[in-house]
Amino acid sequence: MTRYRFRDLGGVILTYLLLSLFLAIAFLPFLSIFLAAFKTEAEIAQGAFALPQQWRLDAFVKAWEQASFNLYFRSSVIVAVPVVVISVILSILTGYAFGTMRFVGSQWLFVLFLIGLMVPFEAVVIPLYYRMRAVRLTDTYWALILPQIGLSVSFGTFWMRGFFKNAPGELIDAALIDGCNSFTALWRVLLPLARPAILTLIVLLFMWTWNEFLLALVMVSQEGLRTLPVGLAFFQGRHTAQVPLLAAGSLIVSGPILLVYVIFQRYFIRGMTAGAIRG
Amino acid sequence: MGQLRQPRRRLLHVEGLKPGQRWYIGYLYLLPGLLIYGLFVFLPILDTFRYSLFRWDGISQPVFTGLGNYAALIHDPTFLTALFNNAVFIFFYTVLPILLALLLTGLMTRRPLPGMTFFRAGLFVPQVMSMVVVGVVWRWILNPVNGPLNQLLKALGLGAWAKAWLGDFTWALPAVGGIGTWVEYGFCMVLFIAGVQRIEPTLYDAARIDGANAYQEFRYVTLPGLRSELVVAIITTLIAALRVFDLVFVTTRGGPGTRTLVMAFHIWRNAFVVNNVGYAAAVAVVLTVLILTVSVAVLTVQERLTREE
Repeated sequence: MTRYRFRDLGGVILTYLLLSLFLAIAFLPFLSIFLAAFKTEAEIAQGAFALPQQWRLDAFVKAWEQASFNLYFRSSVIVAVPVVVISVILSILTGYAFGTMRFVGSQWLFVLFLIGLMVPFEAVVIPLYYRMRAVRLTDTYWALILPQIGLSVSFGTFWMRGFFKNAPGELIDAALIDGCNSFTALWRVLLPLARPAILTLIVLLFMWTWNEFLLALVMVSQEGLRTLPVGLAFFQGRHTAQVPLLAAGSLIVSGPILLVYVIFQRYFIRGMTAGAIRG
Repeated sequence: MGQLRQPRRRLLHVEGLKPGQRWYIGYLYLLPGLLIYGLFVFLPILDTFRYSLFRWDGISQPVFTGLGNYAALIHDPTFLTALFNNAVFIFFYTVLPILLALLLTGLMTRRPLPGMTFFRAGLFVPQVMSMVVVGVVWRWILNPVNGPLNQLLKALGLGAWAKAWLGDFTWALPAVGGIGTWVEYGFCMVLFIAGVQRIEPTLYDAARIDGANAYQEFRYVTLPGLRSELVVAIITTLIAALRVFDLVFVTTRGGPGTRTLVMAFHIWRNAFVVNNVGYAAAVAVVLTVLILTVSVAVLTVQERLTREE
């Protein structure tokens, strides 16, 4: 008995040591870039983890005003907000139909949605670009918003169907007997129950849209329409040596995601480890 | 009671939700989502297959070449390099993180400990960051002038090892691959640590009574217990390894030479830089088929293993 307890204590210490070590490895790169954003070039050369002598915000101001990160930020918001809002609404509707109703062809239609979930976006973007160009939609926000709604609805349908399939059928029955139609049953009875599932969907879609790179790289070439990740990538191509600016830019790109992550990390992890496949 | 309910439920489900409701109600709910998805995702997928049968520069009239693009890519050394590099990335994105995470999970206690939420959340951070940011961060860490890695090596008296990691013909590929390992290991650890806590504790007690040592315990209790987590980890990281794009775009652009060229970058370059559109579509089709094949293969193996039990 005592032997087991001793073995356990050793295990607990070892566990904390290993977790701390690998947490540090995951975090130190971000810490170094975080510190670099507040330093001068000279200070950066002195050591990656030395604290800045003075916490300067110059790099943020310069990145925001002179390096166009204000424009990129604006574009990212203009794209991400409608994509998330519209995708969530459409996914609730499609997931509801697939999860609670039976109609001719529902199986096949669901498989159709799943295809979009598995196929890599590289296999979508080429014709998409030339079609968009043909109808003069390249270099507009539409070219970033519409395809990402399509992509998000593919995952959202899969995700919300899972929820509605497991929702208690008696509830729907009771609502129908009380005189609800299918829409009021969804709105009044099921949606309040679906809040955790919807919240997970919102944070995942927000993260994917905010971080999206390939589509934004291909579809727009005007500086003012670029989203944050693409803006940062091009900025780094031009100014590799300006480390404080690059660091400040990186923090501007990741700030909103980190904020959402800190608040909703439970939902992030649950969603990403459960519905892990996404094209 | 059950028999009474049966017919009504079926009726409900066949005709939408409510008795007497129209048959088309289900389709109405699908329509808006299906329309946008079909127009901007599904039809382009079909189009990619069609494009891959043509020679096209994006401007002039496309010329039908049948499977010509596919014949060309088999003999294209650049494509084969990209394919090889993606295979190397499977080692860095899938094999290494999973082995590392399994080893650590095996060494850790299975008891739920205080503070686990904190570690979980921290280990997961690289997963939620934009790959562009990850690329910028690592490009700086690995840079030859005063990058933290070279600084560290010099401080340890290993200054001779310092080099321009991402510009080095030998080291660029492992360096970019290593970034992939760094991104994925936390994800695998979070999966496995959660999985271990779901394994029935009595199984471990039984193993101990049978005199199993730590390795046997891991081999015969932990590993089988983590089967479904392993499948998720393998599929997710395999797809990530085959799809690498943002990271290569930001860190090396496929260079030096074609040392870190990957399929997704090859597709982008051909489709949008050198305007070899049909060829790019053929590579995209190959990438799609590869991804679908490995996903289905992993799921099939998982199913077979489960049935054998």
